[in-house]
Amino acid sequence: MIEVRDLQVRYGERLVAAVPELDVREGECVAIVGESGSGKSTTLLSLLGLTEGAHVSGNIRVCGVDVLQAPERRLREIRGARVALVMQSPQAALSPTTRLGTLMRRALKLHGLGADRVMVEAVEAVMLDPGILRRYPHEISGGQAQRFAIALAIALGAEVILADEPTSALDVTVQAEVVGVLRRLREERGLALLLVSHDLALVSTIADRVLVMKDGAVVESGPAAEVLAAPSHPYTRELLEALP
Amino acid sequence: MTETRVAEEPVRLRRTLPKVTDRFAAAGAVLIVVILLATILAPWLAPYPVDRLDLVHTLLPPSGAHWFGTDKVGRDVLTQVLYGGRTSLTIAVAVLAMSAAVGVTLGVVAGYAGGWLRDVIMRVTDVFLAFPALLLSLALAVVLEPSVTTAIVAIAVTWWPWYARLAASVAASISTRSYVDAARCLGVPAPMIILRHVLPNSLTPVLVQISLDAGGVILTAAALSYLGLGAQEPTAEWGLMVEQGQTLFTTNWWVVTFPGLAILVTAFAFNVLGEGLRNALDPRRVVK
Repeated sequence: MIEVRDLQVRYGERLVAAVPELDVREGECVAIVGESGSGKSTTLLSLLGLTEGAHVSGNIRVCGVDVLQAPERRLREIRGARVALVMQSPQAALSPTTRLGTLMRRALKLHGLGADRVMVEAVEAVMLDPGILRRYPHEISGGQAQRFAIALAIALGAEVILADEPTSALDVTVQAEVVGVLRRLREERGLALLLVSHDLALVSTIADRVLVMKDGAVVESGPAAEVLAAPSHPYTRELLEALP
Repeated sequence: MTETRVAEEPVRLRRTLPKVTDRFAAAGAVLIVVILLATILAPWLAPYPVDRLDLVHTLLPPSGAHWFGTDKVGRDVLTQVLYGGRTSLTIAVAVLAMSAAVGVTLGVVAGYAGGWLRDVIMRVTDVFLAFPALLLSLALAVVLEPSVTTAIVAIAVTWWPWYARLAASVAASISTRSYVDAARCLGVPAPMIILRHVLPNSLTPVLVQISLDAGGVILTAAALSYLGLGAQEPTAEWGLMVEQGQTLFTTNWWVVTFPGLAILVTAFAFNVLGEGLRNALDPRRVVK
């Protein structure tokens, strides 16, 4: 689903992310970990061709589309419909003047999909009440908003979900809900998941493979169980020791 | 305990809006409605026909028959003030609608697009801002025939750049919000993002500015009329009335005072409404 080779993202002279290799296959969950400023989110955005003002080189294939070569129109087709992004602060990602149902309907229409049935099914798939579609973003909780973002991905039929710190703005019990939803969708629908997080506890519960990034570079990668049990790089050890 | 709080929250949030719209704004709004009704209903409210001259009863002081007195050609000042409001308010609405439409459109595009497009739009805006507003209006009004339409065009030309600037700065900040990024990540094309997300979420400060500006436009229109470049006789317009009455101020104060008061009260009402709206819609107060 995702194939990255020799990715380099630069803003001016500064190299903000360098990823030699990153693959995410169907039904697989890969996590990129590292502290803020380590280039995780930039890597994620580059997969959608949304790193504005940056110079991106290398090879990125997402759902069969060469992101760096494809025309903007082709990219807009895969954004949302094939690859969905779930953001860190869920409520901020919803336009405050738009009802959730309106928002979802527009997104579906944009990609030539639609039907209220699809919307209701998607919302129910993330265990939300369909009544939420009549609400405004400020009327729902952070956890509901995050699950709605995932529902949107499902409604659009996304095959890959990119999640940028999907739980860090939520409290612990709500985190568990969101993680539960993500894990279930992965099992039931074979969704591929690329997760960016600094939360190693979360990563250890859901990820198959892990990439550890520091100052824009990948310092370690491998199966999650191995990396987390026997870290080879001092930075990974540091991150693990920082766990409560 | 927790459950009830969660359930109540949305309701509480919605309630704060009208509640915070404090008495000031409400007073301004009521005043504006009264002024609007008075001018709209002028044909029924006015005690005399608007074009009635009465050369026998010129410059009568306020009395039971003429509450605001009469002017130097015997017209009833109250009638003139009521009809004059129609002209003045029409000018205000037209100017604000035109400048907001042009200014906000350009500003929102500039704010969202950034880069060279923003630079081009903002430089053009700056050129317009570089001329003193009244001077530019004067120049335009001299070139075109003096009339109410001229006054509207002249003021609108000098007024829109402020909206462009305001909208550009608001839109630039809105464009960095997550929901705009989210829309991009969904593959929404730029024009649709501007129309559906940036524009509606940028409107609040613009609306506040419009209500704050209404008074200013009426005053500017009055100034143009006063200088003989706006409304022309026999159109009733507040600024024109002040202009014609000013020489009589020491001897027949009512001719100039009542239209002057009308301008003052209207400008004040719009300002109070704008101020109140700004407080009511202040994000810091809405969020909490």
